[in-house]
Amino acid sequence: MKAVPAAGGTQASPAAGGTRALSVGDHALLVEVSSVAAAQALHAELLRRRAEGSLSATEIVPAARTVLLDGLQDPRRLAEQLPGWEIPPHTARAEEAIEIPVRYDGPDLADVAALWGVPEHDVPAIHAAAEFRVAFCGFSPGFGYLTGLPARYDVPRRATPRTAVPAGSVALAGPYTGVYPRSSPGGWQLIGTTDAVLWDHARMPAALLAPGTRVRFVPVRCS
Amino acid sequence: MTDRALAVVRAGALTTVQDRGRPGHAHLGVPRSGALDAPAAALANRLVGNPVESAVLETTLNGCALRPRSVVTVAVTGAPCPVTVGGRPAPWGAPVRVPAGALLDIGPARAGVRSYVAVAGGVAVDPVLGSRSTDLLSGLGPPPLRDGTVLPLGRPDGMHTRVDVVPHPGPPSELVLRVTPGPRDDWFTVSALRTLATGTYRVSSASNRIGLRTEGPSLERTVSGELPSEGMVLGAVQVPPDGRPVVFLADHPTTGGYPVIAVVRGADLPAAAQAIPGTPVRFMVVRRR
Repeated sequence: MKAVPAAGGTQASPAAGGTRALSVGDHALLVEVSSVAAAQALHAELLRRRAEGSLSATEIVPAARTVLLDGLQDPRRLAEQLPGWEIPPHTARAEEAIEIPVRYDGPDLADVAALWGVPEHDVPAIHAAAEFRVAFCGFSPGFGYLTGLPARYDVPRRATPRTAVPAGSVALAGPYTGVYPRSSPGGWQLIGTTDAVLWDHARMPAALLAPGTRVRFVPVRCS
Repeated sequence: MTDRALAVVRAGALTTVQDRGRPGHAHLGVPRSGALDAPAAALANRLVGNPVESAVLETTLNGCALRPRSVVTVAVTGAPCPVTVGGRPAPWGAPVRVPAGALLDIGPARAGVRSYVAVAGGVAVDPVLGSRSTDLLSGLGPPPLRDGTVLPLGRPDGMHTRVDVVPHPGPPSELVLRVTPGPRDDWFTVSALRTLATGTYRVSSASNRIGLRTEGPSLERTVSGELPSEGMVLGAVQVPPDGRPVVFLADHPTTGGYPVIAVVRGADLPAAAQAIPGTPVRFMVVRRR
């Protein structure tokens, strides 16, 4: 996927001048930015403002190139103010990355190796070397879209989606890595499996991965 | 289990536990969920003296039958339907006393789709992320009722005013949904928005708690290609590749990759919950407030 610069461009500017706020009904705004990094920076700033009480929103939902704000009292006013905001570039949070142990034994390992143009046994090392971050969540509770693999390792979805992908499958699609929290249909390329519990509503927090969480995949021996 | 419980004798086509849902978790991929016809659910709660956020049962088309283990007060609202207690007719839209062991039968909807059954004390299944709602998209909350399910009930707290009867609008014969254009109306041709505003759509039988699907003229796009996934709101009118608008209801996915041409006013969504397949749908384009 090619990054499309938003009107005005935000490349080097720390301000939100390049953002575009689109109205969504009467109580929501969809804020478009130019990159995943800009979306993460804006998301962090929105959370900070909500925590300090200067922003009131029921939902703050980051995505690939946007952040959705829902439950706003006066979305029009916020849309006017946004371009004047100073948004600090997103800095890596101090806390440790979550480590997810993976058996690199997925059925699509050979296909992924072919797409990457590397021997199959190199795939685990390449994947596990990357520093991942949860760009956004969706699809099902606990499913995170993780970015971090260099762009040359982007892979297409499978031509025919599987009707059932097992829970714990570690998978690739486009620029993202994801882990299926429960068995569901899916078209991602499966490279491994993990016993990590992605979602447990009896746990606090229920989701292992939330937007912004840092993640490392740690290869473990296939038994 | 205590005697404060409700045995499900006939679960019906689809009966779920619903309250006001679990907003605030969309960033984790958790739908809001909750009663589709929220005013009807709130009314049922008021009729039995519950706080409006108590969990009720939401039926679909053909009702359900229940047997309480102790004497309970219940009320049925939403889609009008016959109600019987121990085989005798009982009022719809009013508090009804059901003796222990008596069969409470909520019959098929005479109009509309979803009836709501409130029991004094509320349905007391364990909450998940602050809500007892069944979420059909992601499987959170209690599963849909099955014959033989036993539901725990809370104790009425006697703190809330009970009303005896309330006027209630009947389900509509035509569904009018006021929409404001955007956020991706610029992905469609100018005539697509005109088609949305003037075309005759009908509620599709493929509708469910996730979305109200429609049949009618296809909406043509100017921008082809994929939209990177973005956050979706309740009431979003998403247009999949077949061009037929889908209105997102309570169990909708929290992010999605098809463009949203317009958003339905929240006040018009309860009526969407009661529109049977085949009901004409009119999208009325209104300016933003």
